Formats: sequence, structure tokens, C-alpha cells
Amino acid sequence: MLTVSNLHAAAAGREILRGIDLSISAGEVHAIMGPNGSGKSTLARVLAGHPEYQVTAGEVRFECVDLLAMDPESRARAGVFMAFQYPVEIPGVSNAYFLKAALNALRASRGQEELDAIEFMTLVRDRMAQLGIDEALLTRPVNDGFSGGEKKRNEIFQMTMLEPRLAILDETDSGLDIDALKIVAQGVNAMRRSDRAFLLVTHYQRLLNYIVPDVVHVLADGRIVRSGGKELAFELEEKGYGWLEAQVGG
Amino acid sequence: MSTSTQTIEQLANREYKYGFVTDVEQESAPRGLSEDIIRLISEKKDEPAWLLDWRLKAFRAWQTMKEPTWGNIKYGPIDYQNIIYYAAPKKRPALQTLDEVDPEIRRTFEKLGIPLEEQKLLSGVAVDAVFDSVSVATTFKEHLAELGIIFCSFSEAVRNHPDLVRQYLGSVVPYTDNFFATLNSAVFSDGSFAYIPNGVRCPMELSTYFRINARETGQFERTLIIAEADSHVSYLEGCTAPMRDENQLHAAVVELVALDNATIKYSTVQNWYPGDSAGRGGIYNFVTKRGKCLGVNSKITWTQVETGSAITWKYPGCILMGDNSVGEFYSVATTNNWQQADTGTKMIHLGRNTKSTIVSKGISAGHGQNTYRGLVKIAKGARSARNYSQCDSLLIGDQCGAHTFPYLEINNSTAQVEHEASTSKIGEDQIFYCRQRGLSTEDAVNMIVSGFCKEVFRQLPMEFAVEAQKLLSVSLEGSVG
Repeated sequence: MLTVSNLHAAAAGREILRGIDLSISAGEVHAIMGPNGSGKSTLARVLAGHPEYQVTAGEVRFECVDLLAMDPESRARAGVFMAFQYPVEIPGVSNAYFLKAALNALRASRGQEELDAIEFMTLVRDRMAQLGIDEALLTRPVNDGFSGGEKKRNEIFQMTMLEPRLAILDETDSGLDIDALKIVAQGVNAMRRSDRAFLLVTHYQRLLNYIVPDVVHVLADGRIVRSGGKELAFELEEKGYGWLEAQVGG
Repeated sequence: MSTSTQTIEQLANREYKYGFVTDVEQESAPRGLSEDIIRLISEKKDEPAWLLDWRLKAFRAWQTMKEPTWGNIKYGPIDYQNIIYYAAPKKRPALQTLDEVDPEIRRTFEKLGIPLEEQKLLSGVAVDAVFDSVSVATTFKEHLAELGIIFCSFSEAVRNHPDLVRQYLGSVVPYTDNFFATLNSAVFSDGSFAYIPNGVRCPMELSTYFRINARETGQFERTLIIAEADSHVSYLEGCTAPMRDENQLHAAVVELVALDNATIKYSTVQNWYPGDSAGRGGIYNFVTKRGKCLGVNSKITWTQVETGSAITWKYPGCILMGDNSVGEFYSVATTNNWQQADTGTKMIHLGRNTKSTIVSKGISAGHGQNTYRGLVKIAKGARSARNYSQCDSLLIGDQCGAHTFPYLEINNSTAQVEHEASTSKIGEDQIFYCRQRGLSTEDAVNMIVSGFCKEVFRQLPMEFAVEAQKLLSVSLEGSVG
């Protein structure tokens, strides 16, 4: 589904990704781990098309299409979703309005009819119930005045509404207490399907207790230095990132 | 250049949607201003002697006044002797029905989407259309007349209701008020008049579209609305003007009078030609709008959405004389390209327990400069007066500016005055967030801006709110890059 080859990217003239190779098949969950500053979040944002980053070399194919040639909204419409590490506040715009506009933009790009208010609300109620989210959230402005946990949960709620093909979760677990973490994990697990893939960017192994990945990659200094099964995450947790860096260095 | 910048620039290069000129035979006065010109205007309009006298007093006062320079706006000198002060479509016999209106004028109204058509009238909007300076059609008047409501052009009011006009004209904005209002008092051509009798709730939104059409014709509209005791009226004013190269001066005056328990809601959407993207042309809009809450428990609400004009200079205010009277001001002002706006309000608390609310939203984009200037004055006798002010500025890009000048004059220690202000910037991050969810850059900006303006749009009548939102997105096209 997603093939990343020799991806190099820079921000403000500084190279952050130095040759990433990664291949994710439909139905898989991949975790990207690594120390602070290793380029994990940069990878997520480059895949989503954040304008702050310049791709300097390499290629990304999403379902055989050149992803890097697409603007961010086209990537979203093609089925790429990113749950933000720091969800952005939009004062005065209700969550429901925002979500309906987003959903209908995606539907329109697929030639589907827009959902009317009743169809939309039916879907919303169903998804909110699944995630145990209070309906009051709908009338509140997007992320405005939300607690850290509420923001992250709202990202997952949006993901369940927008039903992406590839979901990238950028440190969705950071700053969450254990209950919120479980809700997030439950949301992801409920969405796992043979035609959908996940890329989880995380600093801690903790999230992977609840969402069991198929593949774990360790990123250091802009390169994937090691890939393995879920047990790699435990090894990292036990030995720390220093262990790998020492290995790579040596 | 990013793709979004390119898209935005293409949008920015779209022409001003309402830039067209109607070809109707014009009857104009010679350029310049003198007592003779004022006599000519008065004579053309067949006015009584007292009104001519009032105009002449204003003109003499104006000759001693200087154009104000305190506004945070920059523009070249205005040559007041190079302006045509009177222009009217050629006289035609009095019109009985809409079918008799000049087809050219009808087409112009249709292009502007003014609901003069019968089916549109059925939607409940009575329109007093001011085409340049002379009213050409008034609708729904009969239905309103049954309720005793007078809604007509200012000239008609002078002819048919001279006592009312004489009693209230200049009672809120005296002819000596300020340079532009005084000029207007001397040369005003026409405008609208509304009178709501005792205890009547006006069953529809009264609405006027002003339009500047004749080349280089200054527009000097005069509006007077009187709401008698226990009455209620909502008035809409919307404007568009055709594209011009020369700057055009517009100096309107609006006076509102609310008696005991009366409510007046005055809403404006202003979309005059703002000039091109290099700052050439555009309307100079120097307006004096003021309401007097004369009676107890009376209420006046000003709501304005200012998206057009090269220069906007206006401070719709309320004089809160009656005890417990309420003044409100809700404003969205947008400046894009080289537009400049210096706008705000004056709330003058004279009566006891008077209350005022100010919500001002300034949006600056391109090289636009947006200034909020507001005065809250609590007089000595105004016990327990309250004011709440909120001034928010939104910046799009890094070439524009937002300025806030709140003035407070408090002469009574029982007053409660609150002021809040904020300045924020539409961030790349907000736009990227929306785009990551599948929305285009343009839709993202529109959504963020309308969220910012929500509290003001909420005050507008429904159809107007939709129109205002559309105008806002048109006026901000090309603002993000």
C-alpha cells in the first residue's frame, strides 16, 4: 500500500530524514519508534504533505501513485489521514461543522453524494457511542479549550468518521492517561481491517501493549536502523535507545 | 512557489464581481460646490424653504471646518470643487408599478441580485432602491401603510411628512457635527426614511440598497429612522458599487431615534469597490451613523460587515439618554490588498442603568490596515452604567496591520466597564490541519474566518448572514500565500 524509498527531507535547510526505506502492506500495523529528534514526527508530516518540509530526494508511492506530487488535501482525499501530535484549534467553528465539511469534501472527491444533516448525525452518534465520547463535543469549537486528552480523542474520533486507507498516528499516546490511552487503542483496534494500514509514531512502548503492531521500526538520526517484530519494542523499552545507537555507531 | 500560493493568486486576479456601469441618460449638476449648487439641489428636489435654509447653514459651517486628520488612514487630497454633487436619472413620469422602471436599471438590480422581482418580494423584503441619488422604486409601501409605517425615500418624506422630518432631522447628528456630516447636510441628495408608529412591530425587514453609479458623483445619502414608543424595526442596508478608476467620495449620514421601549436594529453589509490589487481606485467611505436612545428601555443595535471601500471611516454610535436603554455594536471589518479601515463605535451613557456591548472583529490581509477606534463615555449622571467591549483582530499574512484605540471616559464611580482584546494570526498550521482533513486552502481560510466572525454574523438576519459570509470569502480571495 505504501512504499517509501530513500526518502530525504529537510526543514529550514536542515536535513532531518536521511534515506528512509519503508514498505507497508494493507492490513498491517507498523510502529515507528525512536529517541527525540530522530525524525519520527517529520516522517509522519512529510507523508501528510506539511508545507514546512522539503523533500530533497527519494520517492513515496501510495497505492502505486506518486504521493509526493499530491497536495495535502489530495492525499487526504486519497485516504491518508494523520492524527496530529498537537491538534490545532479553530475557534468559532464547531466540531460537527468541521467534520461534516471534511467528510463531504472526501465524499465529493470520490464521486459520492454529500451526506445530509440527518445521515451525518446518525453516523456521528454511532461512532461517538463506539468511542464513548460525549455528544457535547460536537457543538464545541474544534479543539478550542479541549484538554490534551480530549484533543487526542477527537483526532481518533475524526479518524473513525473519515475512514482512511492509511492512518498515521503522530505520538497520539503522548500526554494521555491510561484510560484515555485505552480509548484511543480501542478506536484503532476496532478499525483494523484487511484493506487498511496504520503507521504509529510513538516514543514509548506503552501504546503497543494495547495496539499490537506487525512490524516495529527504530528510527535514529533520520534513518531506520532496525526493524523487527513486536518484541523489538520490548527490547527497546528494557535497554533504552542508547543500546541501539551504540550498536549502530559501533 | 507552492501550489496553494498559485491557486490563491489566480483567485486574487479575478475581477471585482460587481464592476459594471449602467447606461442611463444622466442629468448632472456642474462640478464644484457653492451656495448656487445647493440652491440648485434644493430646487431640483422642490424642497421647502426651511430645508434649503438648513442646507445653507450647514454649507456655511462646513466652509469654516477642516477635514479631520486623526484617522489612521492615508489618502491623497480630495478636491471638493471637482466633484459633481447632484446626478439623477432623467426625469420620467411618476411610476405606478415595477414594470415602468427603466429596463436598464432593472437589469442592474437583477445583476446585483436585488429582490425587486415580484416573487422575491413575496419573501418578505420591502426595498427602497436608491439608484444613484433618486429613488426609482418603492415596494410593499401599501402593506406597511396599513400599519401606519412610513417607509419611503427621503425626498418623499420631505414632501409628504415635512413635520416629522423637520422635528428629527439633525436631532442626532447636528449639521455642525463633523466635516463629512456637515458636507452631507449641505448637499445630501436622497436616502431613506422610516417611521414606525406607537406600538407597531414592523412585520418585515426594511431594506435599502445604495448604489453609486454615475462617474465621479459623490454620494451623500441621508437616512432617518424614527421608532415611536413600544415599536420595533429591523433595517438592512447593503451596498455594491461598480468598478472605477478614480476614487469616489461617499459621505452618508444615518440618524436613528428610539423612543420609550422601542427597538431599532440596523444592519449593514458594505461591499463597495475596494480598489484594485495595486491600490488604485476604490471608494472613500466617510460615514456618520448615530442612534439616540431617547426613551426609557429603548434599544439600538448596529451590526456592520464592512468588506469593501478603499477607505472606511465610520463609527456608528449610540447616545443612551433614556434610563435602562441599551446600545450594541457588532462589527466585522475586512481589509485586503491596500484597503484601510478606521472604524469602531461611540457609546455615550447619559441615562441610569444604561448598558452597551461592543464586539469588533477586524480582519487584515494583504497590505490592509485595520483600526478599531472606540469611545465609551459614562457621564456623571449615568448611575450604574455598564459596558462590555471585545476587540479581536485576525491577521492573514505578514504585510498587514491591526490597530486598536479604545478610549474610556468614566465620570461616575458606579460604572462597570470591561474591555477585552486579542490579536491572532491565521497560521499555516490551522490551514494544514484543514487540508489534511481534505478541505482546500480556500475553504480552510473561509472556515477559519467565519469562525472568527461568528458572534457578529449571529446578529444579522438569516439571509443577510449568508450573503455576508459569501462577501467575506470573496473579499479575502487571494489573501493567503
